[in-house]
Amino acid sequence: MKLKMLVLSLVTAVPLLFLSGCEMVVFQPQGPVARSIMELINWSLMWMLLVVVVVFGLFGYIVWKYREKPENMGYEPPEEHGSTVLEIVWTAIPILIVIALTIPTVTTLYDLEDVPAGYEEKEPVVIHVTSADWKWIFSYPEEGIETINYVNIPEDTPVLFKLTSAGTMQSFWVPALGGQKYSMNKMETELYLVADNPGSYMGRNTNFNGRGYAQMEFEVLSQTDEEYDAWVKEVKETAPKLTEEKYMELLKPTHLGRLTYSNTHLAWINHADHDSELVTDPEDYRYHGYQGKIFDQEDKKSNEKDTTDVENNEEDHGGDHSGH
Amino acid sequence: MEVTIVGIKWDEILITGDPIILGSQIAILLTSLGIIGGLTYLKKWKWLWREWITTVDHKRIGIMYIVAAVLMFFRGGMDGLMMKAQTARPEMSILDSQHYNEVFTAHGVIMILFMAMPFLIGLMNVVIPLQIGARDVAFPQLNALSFWLFFSGAMLFNIAFVVGGAPDAGWTSYFPLAGKEFSPGIGNNYYAISLQIAGLGTLMTGINFIVTILKMRTKGMTLMRMPMFTWTTLITSVIIVAAFPIFTVALALMTFDRLYGTHFFTVAAGGSDMLWANLFWLWGHPEVYIVILPAFGMFSEIISTFSRKQLYGYKSMVVSIVAIAVLSMLVWVHHFYTMGSGALVNSFFSITTMMIAVPTGVKMFNWLFTMRKGRIKMTTAMLWSLAFVPNFVIGGVTGVMLAMGAADYQYHNTLFLVAHFHYVLIPGVVFAVFAGLYYWWPKMFGFMLNEKLGKWHFWLFVIGFNVTFMPMFFLGLNGAVRRAYTYSAESGFAPLFMLSAVGSVILAAGFAVFCYNIYWSIRYADRNISSDPWDARTLEWATSSPVQHYNFAKLPEVKSLDAFWYMKKNNEGITLKDEEIEEIHMPSNSGLPFLMCVAFGIVGFFLIFEWHLLAAVSTVLIIAGLIYRSFDYNDGYHIHKDEIRKTESTWKKMEGKVNNHVS
Repeated sequence: MKLKMLVLSLVTAVPLLFLSGCEMVVFQPQGPVARSIMELINWSLMWMLLVVVVVFGLFGYIVWKYREKPENMGYEPPEEHGSTVLEIVWTAIPILIVIALTIPTVTTLYDLEDVPAGYEEKEPVVIHVTSADWKWIFSYPEEGIETINYVNIPEDTPVLFKLTSAGTMQSFWVPALGGQKYSMNKMETELYLVADNPGSYMGRNTNFNGRGYAQMEFEVLSQTDEEYDAWVKEVKETAPKLTEEKYMELLKPTHLGRLTYSNTHLAWINHADHDSELVTDPEDYRYHGYQGKIFDQEDKKSNEKDTTDVENNEEDHGGDHSGH
Repeated sequence: MEVTIVGIKWDEILITGDPIILGSQIAILLTSLGIIGGLTYLKKWKWLWREWITTVDHKRIGIMYIVAAVLMFFRGGMDGLMMKAQTARPEMSILDSQHYNEVFTAHGVIMILFMAMPFLIGLMNVVIPLQIGARDVAFPQLNALSFWLFFSGAMLFNIAFVVGGAPDAGWTSYFPLAGKEFSPGIGNNYYAISLQIAGLGTLMTGINFIVTILKMRTKGMTLMRMPMFTWTTLITSVIIVAAFPIFTVALALMTFDRLYGTHFFTVAAGGSDMLWANLFWLWGHPEVYIVILPAFGMFSEIISTFSRKQLYGYKSMVVSIVAIAVLSMLVWVHHFYTMGSGALVNSFFSITTMMIAVPTGVKMFNWLFTMRKGRIKMTTAMLWSLAFVPNFVIGGVTGVMLAMGAADYQYHNTLFLVAHFHYVLIPGVVFAVFAGLYYWWPKMFGFMLNEKLGKWHFWLFVIGFNVTFMPMFFLGLNGAVRRAYTYSAESGFAPLFMLSAVGSVILAAGFAVFCYNIYWSIRYADRNISSDPWDARTLEWATSSPVQHYNFAKLPEVKSLDAFWYMKKNNEGITLKDEEIEEIHMPSNSGLPFLMCVAFGIVGFFLIFEWHLLAAVSTVLIIAGLIYRSFDYNDGYHIHKDEIRKTESTWKKMEGKVNNHVS
């Protein structure tokens, strides 16, 4: 039994140990969005700690007090069916706790859909995020620039990320700045983030999407307005132009380093459009093992391989339907 | 080198080029040869066929389920250990990315569907008919078919990594990744087909147990006098019947997409990947409760027995499981709050999810108050049930935290989530099946598992479990994500990952002691024990251990809850008078379920490899089996009075002079 108490005290000591040296990214918010989530988490932690203390305490007390020992072998426990009063009590208290957690959860959920409070005056910077296997493509339509695997933002300014995917489903997450959201092909999801100060923050994909998933990271660099403007200007002047051909090459399932262009791919395709074409090729995803049959991708408008005119017409027809 | 003959690419069938897989291929070959050789040498083929493969006896089917589950636990555990080894240090290269993806997919599918489910269904099979005082389940041959379909699916899934390529899109198999567009290999066909076959078996089990519990209870056992494990099994079966058809449909649509080029879930041509996520979790969340509810039932039985008290708040326990069952169908969106459904939808599902904490909390307090004023006997089975309480509370409170939609934006897909569901499923399900196994082992085999080894097993496993999964909460909050095969040294994740890996070794040591305990007890445990070694309360202990194949010579009559406890107390209904013995009608054995397993396996294998003509031709086997069954007029047989008299007198005579190993 001593061993059991030892284990129990260890189990409770370990979290405290970690919390005291708390450096975890979720508890180090660098912007109002992440901060509001952290406040919600802290609120829930407080209640949950209360639950843990009460149940663990009761558990330890009961198990210790009523354990079988040589002295009480003759003790025959009483017959006891339950207690309506007690059962109402331990139904009501969890309900109250759930209510206490529900209210801030719902308000935070609604708040996160909008520009963070206090930043409504500022015009948000719009950045289109296109996730592909296995890289992040950031397009600044206003500025007319495009970056890959890094994104620069001005500090203290709301940034509206419009998320979509060129193929598989990803999840866009910058834990220091806020929560995550999925990016999906032919869909657009939106996420507002703000960075308080200049700084560099890790961002990554959290939704498993194949072999290159582990390394699918990017950097968010928050800059002062002057630095940011200078950077935009510099990119516009010095970075090369992205061509459609080059873009299709980029979308192949590969890892890329950082790349910068002085135009955006939105000029020829926005993967968020419901009738945009799926441009990935299953052949690029072949790996070991037995290979199954690959079917024509019916919304490919220009299939280079073995397509006849008849099939092309049919495919256009199919595309029309899915578009309306 | 490409070798294609009659449309089959022979060179691609076996996976080559990976030493671990090559080793497994050799090991599988040697083990198969060893089993075949051993059976032939010991001349056990006939015995195997007559006593086990063709059996329709619920107890034997249950034992086969449990044996399969323990084997699958080993396989899934090895996968887990490989993942822990790979992530023990940053930038390790034990497994490459593809192999790691296959391993975590296999780990998830096997642990949930081929370990937890059959383990619980196995114990349900052994115990439920006995607990309700019946002689078998309602449809014994269907029960055998359920087992063999599960077995067929499990075996198909297990050969994937050496033959043709393993599924690699996670146990959730989200589209578009799992579609042909991004996974052109046949690996994910294994997922679609083998889970379909096993799922059919589970659905039949659900139907079978609903009918069994509703129609075959012994005299006097009203619904509100049923033991709690019977109640949870009934409700679980209802959830199975409600939820599994969703999975059946989803898998069928997946099969069409992958095999025949339809577009239900693809991104091309108007399919919806979000539809898969919804359908999957519309089944997947109830599935979690399908495995947790029977576990709750077992804990209720064991806590009550070893506290020597009736279950506290029986009625509110029943209401709670019904409430959990209803809520389980209303929470699936909490698996993807981050899909962008909007604040209203997320608020709704946050609230329904948090509400599950209420009935679960009620159960928790009822268990605690069952022990209060009791006399708690620290047997191994009870230790597992005790450890369940604090560990499950940690899983529960982190579950409430995850349920809060807005907060989930920071937890989603991180190791915080992984730690949470292991804290729910391991204390909830794994502790329960271990508790159940120690508790009902003497009922199944007539001897007990060694209690001392059992305690080693317990402490190693529980400590190892906490050391493995506690660090994952903190890793997750620090930004470590699930399913990543590696991480950089700069991330700072290394120490906690290392700690977690050490924990997994302790966990594995616990499992090894468990296996040794089974071996030791089979060889050395005392056979001369009581049929009721724990001084238990429910009807399964009112008959012999191991249970004679007809279960009860005379069906017991129930007058209250905890029927056997009061039969012992009031000394009534225990003795068997000679004039009470009657002939007993029993179902005959049948080889058909096993043959159906083979037929489904063959058709499934051909479908997985997309050899459609072969698949279509071999479907004839399944149809033949169905036709044969509909012309099967075998009505079973009767056991003669003499035989019953003989069996009953042997075990009752022994009762006076047994050894007690529970102290």
